[in-house]
Order: sequence, then structure tokens, then C-alpha cells
Amino acid sequence: MTTLLEVKNLTKRFGGLTAVNNFSTHLVKGELCALIGPNGSGKTTIFNVITGIYEPTDGNILFNQEDISGKRPDYITKQGIARTFQNIRLFKGLNVLENVIVGKHLRLNSDPLSAVMHLPRYLEEENEMRKTGMTLLESLGLDRFAHEEPTSLPYGLQRKLEIARALATEPSLLLLDEPAAGMSPTDAEELMTFIQHILDTFELTIFLIEHQMRVVMGICPRIIVIDHGEKIAEGNPDQIQNDDRVIEAYLGVVEHA
Amino acid sequence: MKLNRNTILTIIALLVAVLLLFLGESFLNPYYKRILNLCAVYAIFSVTFNLIFGYTGQFSLGHAGFAAIGAYTAALLTLSPAQKAVNFFLKPIIPLLQNVEAPFIIALIAGGLITTAISLLIAWPALRLRGDYLAIATLGFSEIIRVLLVNMQSLTNGALGLKGIPGYTNLFWSWGALAVCIFVVKRLVDSSYGRAMSAVRDDEVAAEALGVNLFKHKMMAFGVSSFFVGVAGGLMANLISTIDPKVFLFTLTYQIVGVTVMGGMGSLTGSVISACLYTIFLEALRPLESQFSIGSITIPGIPGMRMVIFSVLLLMVILFYRKGLMGRSEFSWDGLFRLFKRITSKKDEKASEGKGS
Repeated sequence: MTTLLEVKNLTKRFGGLTAVNNFSTHLVKGELCALIGPNGSGKTTIFNVITGIYEPTDGNILFNQEDISGKRPDYITKQGIARTFQNIRLFKGLNVLENVIVGKHLRLNSDPLSAVMHLPRYLEEENEMRKTGMTLLESLGLDRFAHEEPTSLPYGLQRKLEIARALATEPSLLLLDEPAAGMSPTDAEELMTFIQHILDTFELTIFLIEHQMRVVMGICPRIIVIDHGEKIAEGNPDQIQNDDRVIEAYLGVVEHA
Repeated sequence: MKLNRNTILTIIALLVAVLLLFLGESFLNPYYKRILNLCAVYAIFSVTFNLIFGYTGQFSLGHAGFAAIGAYTAALLTLSPAQKAVNFFLKPIIPLLQNVEAPFIIALIAGGLITTAISLLIAWPALRLRGDYLAIATLGFSEIIRVLLVNMQSLTNGALGLKGIPGYTNLFWSWGALAVCIFVVKRLVDSSYGRAMSAVRDDEVAAEALGVNLFKHKMMAFGVSSFFVGVAGGLMANLISTIDPKVFLFTLTYQIVGVTVMGGMGSLTGSVISACLYTIFLEALRPLESQFSIGSITIPGIPGMRMVIFSVLLLMVILFYRKGLMGRSEFSWDGLFRLFKRITSKKDEKASEGKGS
């Protein structure tokens, strides 16, 4: 059991607002862990700090023992952390396959000049990119749409494409920000099976955000609950469901008359 | 087989183009030649603007300033020492440049390189801004360059400008430079780097999360673009033979933006077509500015009339082709054949309908 990601005493303040307060956790290689909490509790902020969109106000993030806090997002992605977004952010001007192989660009060795001159080494790399991109699309059942515009896909497939694109960067840790947002219960369930499937196929560690508790209860062995930027509970689904503070955060306090 | 056909067609088209340039250069009168040269220069401006804005999504309004740097560099390198002495009568030119005279090709490349260097220096801080802010910052820098040109009298001859620049630019130079520019830009935008640039245009946050270094790719687009802007500036200087800071007012940038939008953001074919249409139309509409009569009504010559008509034409394009003339599509032989087939099949349909009745 090796630790892949370690978040130590993370605090993020926006002016006077403390979005995340002294949050610590760690992820073990190969696990599927969920981060849940009510709206506005700071889940996405934690993701944004881990992936370098925000700099932490205080605390450290260690990935493979390397301190990545405050590094640029593209550097962090290169180290092996990929993510998806809560609101779908596909590249509208590129087709489905191109959306995926943009994620391969960071592993490109050829310089721009050899790309413009179509040197054999570059053409080989370009071919390889397209081939592995297609294989990835095939393994996720998206290959039929390879040359279509991403906006023409139905909502559920756009979500899958975002995950495919993140997988193209060859991550060891995948962060999914509310992958089931806006889906019907049956679609959400199917997506969770899909997530379990990629966890097994790609030798990943997955950290996912969700605010509907029901969705993650079935598949995530470990759940972290936060409220107002602070961790209020951590454990397996049973422990979480019976935790008083969690019930309080989700349902409010029972007032005795 | 198919690939073969297209390659052969491309080679034939290139040969025909060279032949046409040769014929044009030897038989056309200077006025027409000048218009054709200007077409190529504006096409380079538009293609390069397309690379920065159409493909990379960075709304930069620095084109006029960058073109000025290229133009002055090429002009100062191609002017003969004697001509320089004639030009700089108020204040002598700095001694370093007094006796320099370089071949045209070197002058053009030097213009391109110096423009790239200065534009990257400007882009370095400016590219931290996004959208409108970047536009305003680059517009400001472009004006600063122009003001510097007015005030650095011992280098640029100030507001008097430079006269008697040798007219080296001919159809081969201008259209040749355009061909090289299109080749490089097209290959770049089709490469993995180009895809990364398009990703930056569509969504910066997502592009960065996929490992695209935003700054590096924006700088790359800026650098390549401004190199060719500098070259085009040099071609322009050696075409119109007299340049002064007023040639490079921000209105030049707006013209380039207008031409590019008219052609289609993200279509190099559109940029070239639109640049040619723009240049030719502006000349063709020139008679409107002198006195003419329709029937019994005599319209006095109003200076600026052609710009009014041109604006109306531009509005028509915006109304009927909302994504520009070409949208995001490019010229291809396959596309041409498809179009041809569509037209002929329509004709066939009509012919058979005629037979039926």
C-alpha cells in the first residue's frame, strides 16, 4: 500500500472567505475514493488546488512524494494527475478524436520546426497519437463518433469523452468533478459502473466528487465528507450513513420543541 | 490513386500560378501589378492575424505596429547610402546605419526577425491578459511603436518618413512570401501544436488541465505570426517606396481584422480570398469618389465615398455569411470536385425535368 497523493493541512482563503480549512487526507494507489459534501462546501476548491488552478494559502500537496503545491496546472498534469470538470469543457472547434489527442500533446517529443517540416520522426509520433487515441476511444465505446463534433454528442457521452480526454494524458491519478451531475439515476448508476471499469482497466487511482450521497454509496469503499471547508467524517459507506455530523450537514439539526 | 490525383493537380496549379505570375510581371501595367502585390501583402497580414486570433484565440491588435517595424527595417537596409543622405537632411542618420545596404532577401528576413523579437518582448507581459484587455494592451503598444517612429528622428527620420525606397517588390517576391507564409501556418495549425493552440482558443482552463503550456503556445503563435507580419511590412515598404508613421496608424490593424473576419476566422483560404477582394474592391470603387452622373443626376465627387460603399458591402457579408465567406473550411481538391459534381447533377436534374414535361 503506497501513498500516491497526500494533502497536508490544506487551507485556501479567498479574501475573507475560507473555502477550505485545514484539510488533510491521503490516497492509496489503486483506490477509488469519494469526496462528498453539500453545495458550496469546498469540494471543487480542493480539486482546483490539487490540479494547480489555485495556489494553496497554506499547507502542502505531495504527489509521489514530490511537493506539487503551487505548481502550474500543465506541469501537474505532466506528473500524472488528470481531471474532468463539473461543467463540461470540451474543445468545440476540434472533433472527438482531436479532443482526445490534445491530451497526448504533452508527451510529444518533436519540436515545432520538425512538425512544420513534416520530419519522419514527427509524422511517426503523430500517427502513434492518432492510433492510441483511436484505441482509447474504442475501449470506451466512443470510436463511432471519432470524426464528429463533440457538441453533437448526447450529454452522457460528452461526459465520457471528457473522461477519455483526461485518460489520454496517461494519468496515475484521475480526479472526477461531479461526473454524474445532471444525469438521471439510471444514467448515473451506469456511469458509476463505467468508472469502476476504467479503474480496473487503466490501473488508476480515482478521486471523485459527488454531492448526491446515494450515487457513491454503492461503489466507493472510502468516502470523505466535508462541510464548510472542513472534513467532518471519513470512512466506509456504512459509517458515513450513520454519522451524526454528516446527517446534520445534509439534513440540518433536529430541533426539539 | 486519389492522393496521386490531388498531388498532380497541386503541382499543375503551382506551375500555372508561376506562369501567371511571370505573365503578369512582364505584361501587366504598373498599376495592376501594384494592386496584385498589395493583394499578397494584405493576404499575409490576414493569414497571420488568423493564426493569432482565428486559431489561438488571442485578440491582439498590434499588427500595424509590427508591420511598421518590418517596413522600417527593410527600408533602412535597402536604401542606398546616397538616398539616406537625401532623406535625413534635418538630422543625420546614426552612423551605424549610414553605409549599410543589404540585398532584399536579407532585408526582408531581418525585418521579420526584428519584428519577432520586439513582438515577443511585448507579448511576454501582454499575454498574461485575456480577451479585451489583451486587445487594448497590444493596441497601445502598436501606437507606442508609431509614436517612437515619429520621435526617433536619427533612426527613422521622424514624421518626414523615408522616401525613395527601391521598388524591389515584384509579384514573385510578394506571392512567393505569401506561399511560404501559408505553407508554414497551415502545417503548424494542422500539427499537434496547432491542435494545442485551438484547445487554448476554445477553453484555456481545460487546455491547461490537459497539459498544454498556455504561455508557450501563445508565444509560439505570436512569434510565427509577427515574423511574417514583419516580412509583409518589408514587402510593403519596397512596394509603395515611401513610408511614414502615418501609414501604420491603427486603422491598418482594423482593416486587417475586417478582412480576416470577412474571410472567416480559422480559414486561411478565406483570408486570402477576402484580402484579394478587399484590395481589388477598394481600387475598383475609386471612380465613385470623382464626379459621375446617373441619368440626369450628377453626383459630385465625395472623398471617402468608396469607404461608405465598402462598409455596406461588408455589412452584406456579415448579414449573409455570418461566419465569414469560408467559415472554417479550407480549399481542397476533393471539395472542389464535390462542388463541381453538385452543380452538374443539378443541371442534369433540370435537363431531365425539361425532357419529362
